Amino acid sequence: MAIRVYLLFLLFLSSAIVTYSLYEDQAGLMDWHQRYIGKVKHAVFHTQKTGRKRVIVSTEENVVASLDLRLGEIFWRHVLGTKDAIDGVDIALGKYVITLSSEGSTLRAWNLPDGQMVWETSLHSAQQSKSLLSVPVNLKVDKDYPILVFGGGYLHAVSAIDGEVLWKKDFTAEGFEVQRVLQPPGSRIIYVLGFVNSAEAVVYQIDSKTGEVVSQKSMEFPGGFSGGISSVSSDKVVVLDSTRSILVTIIFLDGGISFQKTRISDLVEDSGNAEILSPLLTNMLAVKVNKRTIFVRVDGEGKLEVVDSLSDETAMSDSLPVADDQEAFASIHHEGSKIHLMVKLVNDLDTVLLKESIQMDQHRGRVHKVFVNNYIRTDRSNGFRALIVMEDHSLLLLQQGAIVWSREEGLASVTDVTTAELPVEKDGVSVSKVEHTLVDWLKGHVLKLKGSLLLASPEDVAAIQEMRLKSSGRSKLTRDHNGFRKLIIALTRAGKLFALHTGDGRIVWSMLLNSPSKSEACERPSGISLYQWQVPHHHAMDENPSVLVVGRCGSDSSAPGVLSFVDVYTGKEISSSDIGHSVVQVLPLPFTDETEQRLHLIADTNGHVHLYPKTSEALSIFEREFQNVYWYTVEADDGIIRGHAMKSSCSGETADKYCFTTRELWTVVFPSESEKIISTLTRKPNEVVHTQAKVNTDQDLLYKYVSKNLLFVATVSPKGAGEISSVTPEESALVVYLIDTITGRILHRLSHQGCQGPVHAVFSENWVVYHYFNLRAHKYEVTVVEIYDQSRAENKNVWKLILGKHNLTAPISSYSRPEVFTKSQSYFFAQSVKTIAVTSTAKGITSKQLLIGTIGDQILALDKRFVDPRRTLNPSQAEKEEGIIPLTDSLPIIPQSYITHSLKVEGLRGIITAPAKLESTTHVFAYGVDLFYTRLAPSKTYDSLTDDFSYALLLITIVALVAAIYITWVLSEKKELSEKWR
Amino acid sequence: MAPILRSTSFLAFLVFQTSLFLFASTLPISSGSEDSYTITGRVRIPASTAIGHAAKFSNIKVVLNGGQYITFLRPDGYFTFHKVPAGTHLIEVYALGYFFSPVRVDVSARHRGKVQATLTETRRSLTELVLEPLRAEQYYEMREPFNVMSIVKSPMGLMVGFMVLVMFVMPKMMENIDPEEMNRAREEMSSQGVPSLSSLLPARR
Repeated sequence: MAIRVYLLFLLFLSSAIVTYSLYEDQAGLMDWHQRYIGKVKHAVFHTQKTGRKRVIVSTEENVVASLDLRLGEIFWRHVLGTKDAIDGVDIALGKYVITLSSEGSTLRAWNLPDGQMVWETSLHSAQQSKSLLSVPVNLKVDKDYPILVFGGGYLHAVSAIDGEVLWKKDFTAEGFEVQRVLQPPGSRIIYVLGFVNSAEAVVYQIDSKTGEVVSQKSMEFPGGFSGGISSVSSDKVVVLDSTRSILVTIIFLDGGISFQKTRISDLVEDSGNAEILSPLLTNMLAVKVNKRTIFVRVDGEGKLEVVDSLSDETAMSDSLPVADDQEAFASIHHEGSKIHLMVKLVNDLDTVLLKESIQMDQHRGRVHKVFVNNYIRTDRSNGFRALIVMEDHSLLLLQQGAIVWSREEGLASVTDVTTAELPVEKDGVSVSKVEHTLVDWLKGHVLKLKGSLLLASPEDVAAIQEMRLKSSGRSKLTRDHNGFRKLIIALTRAGKLFALHTGDGRIVWSMLLNSPSKSEACERPSGISLYQWQVPHHHAMDENPSVLVVGRCGSDSSAPGVLSFVDVYTGKEISSSDIGHSVVQVLPLPFTDETEQRLHLIADTNGHVHLYPKTSEALSIFEREFQNVYWYTVEADDGIIRGHAMKSSCSGETADKYCFTTRELWTVVFPSESEKIISTLTRKPNEVVHTQAKVNTDQDLLYKYVSKNLLFVATVSPKGAGEISSVTPEESALVVYLIDTITGRILHRLSHQGCQGPVHAVFSENWVVYHYFNLRAHKYEVTVVEIYDQSRAENKNVWKLILGKHNLTAPISSYSRPEVFTKSQSYFFAQSVKTIAVTSTAKGITSKQLLIGTIGDQILALDKRFVDPRRTLNPSQAEKEEGIIPLTDSLPIIPQSYITHSLKVEGLRGIITAPAKLESTTHVFAYGVDLFYTRLAPSKTYDSLTDDFSYALLLITIVALVAAIYITWVLSEKKELSEKWR
Repeated sequence: MAPILRSTSFLAFLVFQTSLFLFASTLPISSGSEDSYTITGRVRIPASTAIGHAAKFSNIKVVLNGGQYITFLRPDGYFTFHKVPAGTHLIEVYALGYFFSPVRVDVSARHRGKVQATLTETRRSLTELVLEPLRAEQYYEMREPFNVMSIVKSPMGLMVGFMVLVMFVMPKMMENIDPEEMNRAREEMSSQGVPSLSSLLPARR
């Protein structure tokens, strides 16, 4: 009977749909979340008033944020759309943050304390042009001083109070490019300076109240202008002429224009091409000539005079007013491992207001930007704080010769992620004692029991939380038994490599990529991708694992590549090399050499492939497998997919014996007038499939077609390649293909009429799930395609399996043309999707969950059983027992199965899963502007007790049972005795 | 009041009661661009569903066509998409703690930007573009309050319960059985060699 009860109970457990769910007090136990903003473009300080000091920043990730100036924490933050790049940010009226975005066509005001949007104005724009934002400094609420916005060929005056457009002025006339909009303080006249065809300077004077043109002056400049411009005061600008060798001061005082030309060669000797630098300095400009920065003072008549010169690696801030009508600016230069911050007066460069030296981490690179702010010290002198943006995108606040806080903003632009093991715990390394005595242990568990029975007081709850965090030992730097502790290696756009600990998300080490040759052309290579180079486990246990970082010198795909090998344990670069050829594609091969280094092929633009590592051992391994190496290339623009194989060593052309030529095996050409490739996808090469067969309810066997050479391709009609809803259902069709990449055979083709992309897909085992937009229903749809091997389908019983045609011993060849059949089913899905991933476990036994990154920046875990083509409207009893869910037209969104629970991974771009050692568990790492990590157990932790397991209850049960046995024994003894007496 | 108005130039337009936007121009518009319209709507979160989290408008995003444009809410809950071409569009509202149905919005070119809105989840059409959450979302499991049943239902509770059953009910059942039949059954069992409770616990005898 007990067995029956248990069976019933187990049946109940297994038939219940396992959803990922958390109790509120479990949040943050297995997961961590880090909030970032990205590389800062503009910063505006807000420190005038007493109270919270903050800095408003806008970043390259389209984030506008308010940071606490004391601690660097985020007060509030908004991530704008991907096409909504921020052009300018400022503070108006002392209470609104004004942002100009989308090439000067959207102006928004945000409430300074809490970030609530106050108003939003769409500005008229007709053409592409510079976007300029000018916010008056005075705090008066006055319509005489509107916000001036230039963008899209129009000058708008916008009221700061409600965003009302007061007037607008058209500057879309032919060839006219507005360069500067200036408003002298206290004046009602606005100067608009622009060039016509880069050869004529035009100055408009506009009444700021009405928008009427008061006067217009123009003057021809014979040489023509180049782009560089710097406004030095309210009536003067300095521009470079088209030869970049003459500085032209344009003075437009009182409606007149005059030019003043100065040759740069007169200012400095042996001058080359000059470049005007961006800092805004009063009556001064900074020019970069011959790798030196020179400061040029502009006097009242527009005469230029060199006052100082600095080395090239100097970053400068704009000037800011300090006491007594003086202006100061900050400059930072490097010297060894230190940076020197100097604040000088603009009028008198010899007066150094502040000079500080700060030790700086080498792996932050150079200083890119400086923003400076002053405050009045208690002794009434000026103090300065500087916000600096480093080459690795990190943001630091310097004050009083120290780094007050720093933010690793490079992590907001992660481009590639891999995982790595931590070192094994060695003998002699002391393990921190988790539980001290039995009494403490028991106390802890009684507390936990109270917590799970909701009897705990708030103090108890806090104690439980603290105990959980402490006892888990989750942030140790050694490998653990379950494989929960790992390193996440992340490559960022700035070319920096970070190792994050899965336990608490802290940065274990970080490393900025260096160019091996230190050449001029390639000072800092940009990182492209990350591969596991060496994962020692069998032969080379004492080797440290390492990763391969493939980089490139420059943004062009034909630029020469750079390889860097980084030790995962220490974060040190083992070696790096200029490989001398371009990098188009990197193919990790399934072979490793004696020291467990994985062989990689790198394809270049000339159609050659290069083998790495360049050792004779690797070469001999590769030559053995020479005929078995295939790969494919996708030319999405032309709609062609090509398959390639090895041909010969390219010894005829070069002496490099690690270089090979290739031959084309097959091509699949999609008709360009009706199909455009929008998405291609293969299985993860390291995915583990537990079983090839699937047992149906009617004891039927289905063989999964598990091939690593399957490519999923999605194409849409060229018209439907744009945003959703841009076409009618008749105009667009979505076609998906499954292509064998060895033979080029199309195994399956499925057409969805009236549908369009974007397609987000995930490929695992023998199935593909993809998400697209159905124009007819005007809803998103998700389709699952499962592919099965027909040729092995007759292996129904043991004898056929052993002796049949496709028996177990028959070799499986990639060239064979197996008969396959597919099953598919479609469902509606109620949200836009940014990315889809699938959980992966060590042995592939655990059922899978889809991880759907929604446009709301949350991640939904959806059981694979919801996207099973065998779902029917009325499943039979047998099917129900197997766990088949009745068919519904849309996929459920269960709030408890958001793995991000009440958090958002702002700007979500990708989700990475990696198996833990424990079969039930998988690591999930999501990156975007934010980072999020959690551990998932798609079928619950069936192979270990959860943290929640109440040992105390177990103990009490055992004690109660023992007591009961003893009591009954005593009772029965007594009874027997009395019976015997009778 | 039609929530959508034509926003080409020459036209001053008016957006709802509180904010009056004057967008007048005396300039010729750039030719070649098709007519574009403005979609204005409102997000309303009923106070009754706002359990736990206060309805914070500052963290709500409104998304047009799966990310083509993203906008935010003004303090009064209104949002606006500018420069939207005529045709069919999809508006989604993302607010932590709430689930909003995507809205299909048809902007008519013939009727000067008149809008028709339909919730795609429930197929309910809206007379004005006021978006309300379909349901509030609770991201955490609720801890069940302490009750005896939860202990009894747990595996350990079942174990104890079964033991209690065996200990107290079984002897009672044994009593009711005829002693002769009992003996016969016992003999049968011992002859079959099935280990019985009595053979396991010889000390009690």
